[in-house]
Amino acid sequence: MKKIFKSVMMSFIMVSLVACGSETVELSGAGATFPLPFYNVVFEQYASKSDNQVAYGGIGSGGGIRNLRDKIVDFAGSDAFLSDKEMAEMAPVVHVPTCMGAVVVAYNLDGVKDLKLSGDVIADIFAGRIKMWNDERLAALNPGVKLPSETIIPVYRSDGSGTTFVFTDYLTKVSPMWASEYGAGKSVNFPLGQAAKGNPGVAGVIKQTKNSIGYVGSEYAFAQKIPYASVENQRGEFVQPTSAAISAAASGEIPADTRCSITNSDAAGAYPISTFTWMIIYKEQNYSDRTKEQAEATLDLLKYILSDEAQNIASEVHYAPLPAKVKEISMKNLKSVTYDGVSILQ
Amino acid sequence: MNDKIYKNLLFVAALIMPIVCGGIVYALVTDAYEAFEHFGFFKFLTSSEWNYTQGAEQYGALPFITGTLMTTLLALIFCIPFSLPVALFVGEYFKGTKVASVLSTVTDLLAGIPSIIYGLWGFYTLRPLIMAMNISPQGSSILTASLVLSIMIIPYAASLSAEFIKMVPNDLKEGAYSLGATRAEVIRKVVFPVAGSGIFSSYILAIGRALGETMTVTMLIGNTNNIPDSITSTGNSMASIIANQFGEADDLRLSSLIAIGLVLFMITAIINLIGKIMIKRARIA
Repeated sequence: MKKIFKSVMMSFIMVSLVACGSETVELSGAGATFPLPFYNVVFEQYASKSDNQVAYGGIGSGGGIRNLRDKIVDFAGSDAFLSDKEMAEMAPVVHVPTCMGAVVVAYNLDGVKDLKLSGDVIADIFAGRIKMWNDERLAALNPGVKLPSETIIPVYRSDGSGTTFVFTDYLTKVSPMWASEYGAGKSVNFPLGQAAKGNPGVAGVIKQTKNSIGYVGSEYAFAQKIPYASVENQRGEFVQPTSAAISAAASGEIPADTRCSITNSDAAGAYPISTFTWMIIYKEQNYSDRTKEQAEATLDLLKYILSDEAQNIASEVHYAPLPAKVKEISMKNLKSVTYDGVSILQ
Repeated sequence: MNDKIYKNLLFVAALIMPIVCGGIVYALVTDAYEAFEHFGFFKFLTSSEWNYTQGAEQYGALPFITGTLMTTLLALIFCIPFSLPVALFVGEYFKGTKVASVLSTVTDLLAGIPSIIYGLWGFYTLRPLIMAMNISPQGSSILTASLVLSIMIIPYAASLSAEFIKMVPNDLKEGAYSLGATRAEVIRKVVFPVAGSGIFSSYILAIGRALGETMTVTMLIGNTNNIPDSITSTGNSMASIIANQFGEADDLRLSSLIAIGLVLFMITAIINLIGKIMIKRARIA
């Protein structure tokens, strides 16, 4: 009996020694679904290069931030940067932009392929002030397009969402009516239409519902082959959400902590509903019994995401790569991240 | 000695269930307290506003209570014409035959299908049908959710009702036949009165199931936080608002969602209790 016990114990010790030997670290993150298609590819690439595994749960930006606040993840993904108030309630964090993307206005309309929309028309559609597809303001923007005499069915998010934040942030900037009645936020009281959970949910409803219109992360519209509108920017150009048009939106001044909205950019050729998407980590990485290896792996992952190789993946999956100066700022910010007060990156 | 250990083990096992249940209630009440304190218990139940705007936050459960009760009630109404004939077929007309056992197996199988599959079927098959028939332009509605819910609860109602119908004593039926009653008359005048409260209680249990259904309803109801003005308009149910919004809720909003959970728990508990009492009565009769 004793002998068996001994050998079992020995094998346990052996196994645990072997486990310590390899330097696999498993990182976990949670948050935005908007950049999920980009992250899926990047994390896989990263795992094949470094032995570190990354598990990311697409539970929405709001949920990701809450998980970070509860200190149960290594990083949170979010399409909305933390407000000053949220920052004050948490230990100091670092925002690292990972790529740029567009929120597209997708629609399901028989026989209409290129719809043109302006900001105030989008706001009025979602506020229920433009009810019919053949409304004269829509017709004026789309000369020569045959718009049906059908009721517009807006589709929005039922869960808290960074995509909703970016979209309503844009509407708040372009429509005083929207700013005063609904405002910007991760959850907004849309007055009519129907709601679905997550970007895939909204894309699914639009795809399945005639005469509907909704907002989704661009990749979700591409993946389901749903048409999306050209949106008028500040210069009066109607712009499609291409990589170049999204990049153009970030040509303005970027603050040192990268917390800024780039919707309604005044740059030429800029797609107006563009956004950075961020990974948010704690400045002091020693929390919830995390090891130094985990902290190092977290930074290593972020460094990889900022590298040219990962940024090239961004444009392949219909996001836009970060501008050089944003990468520069982010690398500087990463150097301020510490473990037990000692800077991790040298 | 052995006996004592065994007895104690059983005692501990039996104690765990009430503790778990009590713990859930305790956690729900403490976490929901903030919302009830802020809005007042009755105001929370009767307010129809669900407003996230910071500073003007206002949460009321009425739209979700209405949505849940409407879908459940409609599902019950739609389910009766299907589940009652199945119960009669299995429990009376073809009692003990092969056909009956095949039918009851197939019906029970419906209970084993995961709710996400009902949701997918509803979303990709039923919803376009509702749109094509011009019943509701947006497809998602209280009606769509209720139709799928009704199919989901058929097995619960049908198999239990069949058991109660089988339990009707043969002497009673034979007595009626000997007096020249037709089969339809026997069912109407003997089977239903005798098995009535049992059948009623099986529908109560089916309702309990419909009340808490989350995934299917979320996919089909449209998720709008208003009181639905007709059965073809969109709405939201108590279970689905919790599933949709708990992820990013905190403070008052989280407390309000938990309060909705508590209300749902209470409604389900009361309905199940009614069912249990009716079953007891059926056994005594």
